[in-house]
Amino acid sequence: MKVLSKLCVAVALACGAAAAHAQYSDNVIKIGVLNDQSGTYADLAGPGSTVAARMAVEDFGAAKKGMKVEIVVADHQNKPEVGSSIARQWFDVDKVDVIVDVPTSSVMLAVNQIAKEKNKVLLDSTGGSSDLTGKACTPNSIHWTYDTWALANGTGSAVVKTGGNTWFFLTADYAFGHALEKDTEAVVLKNGGKVVGKVRHPFPSSDFSSFLLQAQSSKAKIIGLANAGADTISAIKQGAEFGIVKGGQQFAGLLVFITDVHALGLDKAQGLLLTESFYWDLNPQTRSFSQRFAKLHKGAMPTMAQAGVYSSVLHYLKAVEALKSDADGAKVVAKMKELPTDDPIFGKGSIRQDGRKLHPMYLFEVKKPAESKGAWDYYKLRSTIPANEAFRPEKDGGCPLVKS
Amino acid sequence: MTPGSEATAAAAAIAGEARPSARVDEGRSLRIAFAVMVAFFLLAPLAIYPIFLMKVMCFGLFACAFNLLLGYGGLLSFGHAMFLGIAGYVAAYLAKEGVALEALHIGAVTLPVGISLPPFTPELAILSGSLAAGVLGVLVGLIAIRRQGIYFAMITLALAQMVYFFCIQAPFTGGEDGIQAVPRGKLFGLIDLSNITAMYATVFVIFVSGFLLIYRIIHSPFGQVLKAIRENEPRAISLGYDADRYKLLAFVLSATLAGLAGATSAIVFQLAALNAVHWTMSGEVVLMTLVGGLGTVFGPVVGAFAVLGMENYLAQLGAWVTIVQGAIFVICVLTFRRGIVGELSRWLRKPL
Amino acid sequence: MSEIFGIPTQALFGQLLIGLINGSFYALLSLGLAVIFGLLNIINFAHGAQYMMGAFCAWFLLKKLGLSYWWALVLGPIIVGATGVVIERFMLSKLYKLDHLYGFLLTFGLALVIQGLFRHEFGSTGLPYAIPKSLEGGQNLGFMFLPNYRAWVIAASLTVCLGTWFMIEKTKLGSYLRAATENRELVQAFGINVPRMITLTYGFGVALGAFAGVMAAPIYSVSPLMGGDLIIVVFAVVVIGGMGSIMGSIVTGFVLGILEGLTKVFYPEASNIVIFVVMAIVLMIKPAGLFGTQR
Repeated sequence: MKVLSKLCVAVALACGAAAAHAQYSDNVIKIGVLNDQSGTYADLAGPGSTVAARMAVEDFGAAKKGMKVEIVVADHQNKPEVGSSIARQWFDVDKVDVIVDVPTSSVMLAVNQIAKEKNKVLLDSTGGSSDLTGKACTPNSIHWTYDTWALANGTGSAVVKTGGNTWFFLTADYAFGHALEKDTEAVVLKNGGKVVGKVRHPFPSSDFSSFLLQAQSSKAKIIGLANAGADTISAIKQGAEFGIVKGGQQFAGLLVFITDVHALGLDKAQGLLLTESFYWDLNPQTRSFSQRFAKLHKGAMPTMAQAGVYSSVLHYLKAVEALKSDADGAKVVAKMKELPTDDPIFGKGSIRQDGRKLHPMYLFEVKKPAESKGAWDYYKLRSTIPANEAFRPEKDGGCPLVKS
Repeated sequence: MTPGSEATAAAAAIAGEARPSARVDEGRSLRIAFAVMVAFFLLAPLAIYPIFLMKVMCFGLFACAFNLLLGYGGLLSFGHAMFLGIAGYVAAYLAKEGVALEALHIGAVTLPVGISLPPFTPELAILSGSLAAGVLGVLVGLIAIRRQGIYFAMITLALAQMVYFFCIQAPFTGGEDGIQAVPRGKLFGLIDLSNITAMYATVFVIFVSGFLLIYRIIHSPFGQVLKAIRENEPRAISLGYDADRYKLLAFVLSATLAGLAGATSAIVFQLAALNAVHWTMSGEVVLMTLVGGLGTVFGPVVGAFAVLGMENYLAQLGAWVTIVQGAIFVICVLTFRRGIVGELSRWLRKPL
Repeated sequence: MSEIFGIPTQALFGQLLIGLINGSFYALLSLGLAVIFGLLNIINFAHGAQYMMGAFCAWFLLKKLGLSYWWALVLGPIIVGATGVVIERFMLSKLYKLDHLYGFLLTFGLALVIQGLFRHEFGSTGLPYAIPKSLEGGQNLGFMFLPNYRAWVIAASLTVCLGTWFMIEKTKLGSYLRAATENRELVQAFGINVPRMITLTYGFGVALGAFAGVMAAPIYSVSPLMGGDLIIVVFAVVVIGGMGSIMGSIVTGFVLGILEGLTKVFYPEASNIVIFVVMAIVLMIKPAGLFGTQR
């Protein structure tokens, strides 16, 4: 991995040197991929995001256009203090112009502050908290792929509309879980659904049997999982054991990635409802992108987070090209908001004043093992949530950049 | 080396006992080492990234506080991160939000309090943070000092885990997001700490004062009694010392100083987050102290520099950070029990 | 329907049974720690990592060698136990003359290395492992649906725990072990190879942890991080029980599992700290633990 990235840097440098004429800060556009390379989020972002960023630089044709683009990578270990010191050092010492990816809300919000302070750019693909386009919004950041509000909204409304009108929540007992539960509950109620019960489980938990029994006896049609990662996986795995799905109830995951489904196996995950903004098998463009990606990344299909990194880097380079400069972070972001987005991942889209990238979200249902035609064939599309309904209305976020 | 002498040497290593030597000489070598350290931290920002150095000073102080307990009190606390973390949270919260307490609800009883304070200046925030860590230290200490040795380690670890769970669920910590965008504020309302030089100077002063305080404690009569208890508790008790009270006091002092380090780093990095309370952080401070030299005065600072430097250097390698840390642990325990400064002091035949 | 504190009695039975299942894991793990501590005087921090290795062993045997769960149940503990023997021989044995804290620190370092290596190799999302065919499905007990596999967990762990207790308390081998704990030199003088006995004891304790890991593989997610936090809870269980007796650690494990299960019904928010709270209370009243002897 490291060798590859060094090679890439070397190639980019060599090509760039041939035609160095633009006025980029110290002649190089430096992109920092800051994420979790080894921990909980390594599979859904991690090295795959680096691959995606590199593909974007290549597809943009930076070398041909005489732009020198370099990619650096670091592991923030999901620790905000590690993440923020790397970000500071990158901006101060290594002259990084833009940081992309950044999973884990705490690290994302920390880097967000630093990017603003140093007038650089943060394009966040994997972080969840919708605060980034709310009270923590800055003129230097864009929230790219999804946010917790969009997930809660997508799953909540679409599920109720397709008949899942009674809900039981299994909520991780901390701020993130509470927010997810609150947002979803509001949407469920608004669409005429009913919440028949909820239980707060400690975070992290390994054993969900007790909570599953409570969910089972509630007789709710839908069990909403307001948690993430290993907690969600354990809950679904043990749900299969206790015959939840066989008994006629269905799980709705509020933050599930395709790699989680991959880890669970279709046998356990079948029937799970979830919202994502990207699936490799949506259309010819996503398929061709994903197959190219898989070849470079041990055969694994891209997650929406990794696809989002590709999309964000591509659009960033377009804006820098249009501006002919990468020096002023806020100006670049303003340019990005001005230009319409268009890429194989999300199709055509736009970026709102508060830094929210807009595109459709999709409600998927995980296939039964018999329906799957092979590896990574996991989802069937249940409904599409159009871009203008998918995200929190700009006025509700409380972002100071939005003038009403 | 015969097995017997190795055992004594090891006991000395964990205890950090300096060989009896002339007092004057001891004072002199320590003074020189201290001068070298001060000079280093004054000049290093010219060559090394200053934010990294501030991190080293914060963690160096944290490790020194930990070493006070283990190296001189013989108590291995495996939950010291809870003091670092809680102080960070309190300082960050006060510096950002201040206090706004309308009324206190205890069960069905509601006490009208009506305290409302504006965001604290950094020095008050840091002070309150350290104080909070001290209070937590009293509570934990009362429970933990009932057992010694390995049990003490397990108990502190378990209690720290409890604090960790508390910090995830408590509303004021911001859960997984932590407390972000903490303002550095103006020291005494005058000096703007967003200026990097001013911040560096402040951290430097806090670090040096904390360090000198710990040095003073170790060499005070109190410190001597502590060492006596470590060596032979029943004997110290028979001499009329209330061992539990001494141990509790040492524990609280160490907790407060760890809190000072945590609160300072919350102001420097402008955030307080969960990983500072996690048990891996407790493990890290043990590692720093072990690498630098248990029971040496300067060891923890050197250890903090070495461990943080390694982490910085290996940051790109992901899981390898943990693997390398673990391997260093194993190597240190098996073959390098005196640590860097311990070996150096043996080689120089001077206590450091 | 009758109720206790607003909870239907039937649901309560269900939760008690679930608590018993979790207690099975606590009992197995704290038993392993107790066996090791008894003879080596070391608290094995790597126990969580070794539990995780057990689960991975099961996954590996199935995936790469096609060996079923039942093979894993036998082979897993043997393989992981063997790595334990190596660790004892080459590392722990060098530390017996030093302060016991060094053993704790060494095993902590080992735990970091093992966890890191597995994370590096397998990522941390977790790997799928299915419940064996013969234990799929479950029984409707009227008051709850009990998956067959969970019933098997309780039965198996009770058998192993009681078997271990019997071996240590009632057999000749066990009496040597206990004697060696009291006075090594004397037992050595009777012509018993004490160092080898120590090595095998460590291997056996580790094997118990790995056994728990294999049992956990089908129900919890098989991930490198699965043992890290669990071990701290088990430490608290050990402190509550005290290191006095083998039976003590078994009983404490099961009882605390049930207690935790009940908390999940009445006050789920506190279910992850209840064991620590109990620990604090026990320490205030009985510093040596419920079954321990002060030393």
